[in-house]
Amino acid sequence: MAVLIVAETHQGKFKKASIEVMSYGARVAAALQTSATALVYGNADESELVKAGQCGVQNVLHVNQNFANFNPVQCLNVVLKAIEKTAADTVIFTHDYTGRSIAPQVAAKIEAGLISGAVSLPDTTSGFALRKNVFSGKAIADYSILSNKRVISLMPNSVQPEMGNGTAAVEAFSEGLDAGSSLSVERKAIEQKGGVPLTEADLVVSAGRGMKAPENWNVIEDLAAAIGAATACSRPVADIGWRPHHEHVGQTGIAIRPNLYIAVGISGAIQHLAGVNQSKVIVVINKDAEAPFFKAADYGVVGDAMEVVPKLAAAFRKFKAAQ
Amino acid sequence: MKILVCISQVPDTTTKIAFTDNDTKFNEDKVQYIVNPYDEWYALVRALEIKETSGGNVSIITVGPASVDAIIRKALAIGADDAVRIDMNPSDAWSVAKTIADYAHGKGFDLILAGKETIDYNGSEVPGMLAALLNQPYIALASKLDIEGNAIRCEVEVDGGIYIMRTALPAVVSAAKGMAEARIPNMRGIMAARTKNIEVVSAVVQPLVGTKKFALPNPKSAVKLIDPENMDQLVELLHNEAKVI
Ligand SMILES: Cc1cc2nc3c(=O)[nH]c(=O)nc-3n(C[C@H](O)[C@H](O)[C@H](O)COP(=O)(O)OP(=O)(O)OC[C@H]3O[C@@H](n4cnc5c(N)ncnc54)[C@H](O)[C@@H]3O)c2cc1C
Ligand SMILES: Nc1ncnc2c1ncn2[C@@H]1O[C@H](COP(=O)(O)O)[C@@H](O)[C@H]1O
Repeated sequence: MAVLIVAETHQGKFKKASIEVMSYGARVAAALQTSATALVYGNADESELVKAGQCGVQNVLHVNQNFANFNPVQCLNVVLKAIEKTAADTVIFTHDYTGRSIAPQVAAKIEAGLISGAVSLPDTTSGFALRKNVFSGKAIADYSILSNKRVISLMPNSVQPEMGNGTAAVEAFSEGLDAGSSLSVERKAIEQKGGVPLTEADLVVSAGRGMKAPENWNVIEDLAAAIGAATACSRPVADIGWRPHHEHVGQTGIAIRPNLYIAVGISGAIQHLAGVNQSKVIVVINKDAEAPFFKAADYGVVGDAMEVVPKLAAAFRKFKAAQ
Repeated sequence: MKILVCISQVPDTTTKIAFTDNDTKFNEDKVQYIVNPYDEWYALVRALEIKETSGGNVSIITVGPASVDAIIRKALAIGADDAVRIDMNPSDAWSVAKTIADYAHGKGFDLILAGKETIDYNGSEVPGMLAALLNQPYIALASKLDIEGNAIRCEVEVDGGIYIMRTALPAVVSAAKGMAEARIPNMRGIMAARTKNIEVVSAVVQPLVGTKKFALPNPKSAVKLIDPENMDQLVELLHNEAKVI
């Protein structure tokens, strides 16, 4: 019995979600009275790898290879080898692209019950139960894993990491890397303004058809820049080409759960809310006081985006300068 | 090209969510069911486009009781050639993937297409399990899919970039937005669907995950409205009350 956590680094640093999942996995291991090993995929030096120990993990298997070269067939092989090596019966991923791709394959290979997108620590008082959001955030479900083996993928930004001063033993790991694969991967970078990837962002400024024209996005980008936020948009705006597709959030786009979501000129259709209703705090700016989004909002401003947004950006800048 | 498309039935996106049986079951009363949008708009339509350019056959498969026949007919009306229904309650992703894998094994499908996720239980689980059970490569969340001889080329949008993945067939792919454009069935398709065959297969698989309880999220407290002339107050609230900046 052991817990294996799959973590990633990006440009030599752990991703925020990887810190969360390592701390989460260490707490799951403690609840099961066993040890936790992190399989760290990606380049990192010692000073970065100590963070795994601080997350409460006892062992690190380090696959020192640039994660930008991610290959799902190879990654699956490496994870299966690491499961073999650690005799893990509980395997934990982040519910990101890697988790969505690899976790179900691992679950099927080892015949483990899978909970994808978990948002809670397990309740082990009777069995092994976990909570996740279902019906696009309109409901919550408690599931129990009935098998002895388990695979979990943890939703980013759902369980806060707890850092201590533990240390982990680090071992280089390359088993499974050489496995031939009929699958090849090339990566094309797309330019992202501001440099904050949407799914990792704590703060998000999003806008919809209420902006009227793509050139009006300068006020949105300026507001995002004022607080270091990522930008997002509603679906019609991506469909008509005002904004790039990777910014589209909602049921058919990506689902995010930042600490702060500022929605400007978005009506708040149920399919849009499906992708953002897990945000901690929602601010809605809309000129129509009857817009349905206000029902899902914590704070609201009824007014014209072109007037309100620059004022809000100025207020943020004033606040930052005073800090 | 022999293509199998996995389709599932989900409640219409505007459905009001409620539960019965002591909050252990989704309340199906008056619920309108549709084909899961990712399965219909992207996976099925892309399969049909491939058939239209390079020939072959498009089969659909779904795991569910006889009540799902209505959405099977809808998918047949859009243009699938034939359908299989595995007569079992789809209680977890494992039991769905296992029965589909058992059915597809040895039948020579070149490509199995599924949706990115079901919009009800939001798993993103079935297609990856299916690929692993069939020992085939899996490309998750592809927003483009092209045939290149006996191989496929897919594009996957990830944070900050696009993965271009190529693999030999057979393979399993899950479809995300962008792979195709939704089609509306025409009268001829609807008529033709009435006579197309739905093969029914029985199966029993023990689930690995069980549902304990459903709940509705706590209702949001009423929105606090801020005067548009007073954005300093909004910033102050976000800092001191909401503590997010
Ligand atoms: C199956 C399905 C899936 C879908 N998936 C998604 C999805 O993933 N994501 C998504 O976003 N949508 C999705 N949609 C579409 C969704 O239903 C809505 O049509 C869409 O979200 C509306 O976008 P919008 O709010 O930008 O535009 P609109 O609905 O046109 O709203 C514009 C808003 O801007 C306000 N406004 C106008 N002028 C101003 C101004 N000067 N200042 C301030 N406010 C102003 C208006 O009052 C209005 O509320 C989906 C639909 C379906 C059927
Ligand atoms: N009961 C089912 N029958 C057939 N295919 C299914 C079923 N459930 C899910 N799928 C397929 O698997 C995809 C992902 O579903 P899920 O893993 O449940 O999110 C769906 O988009 C379908 O293509």
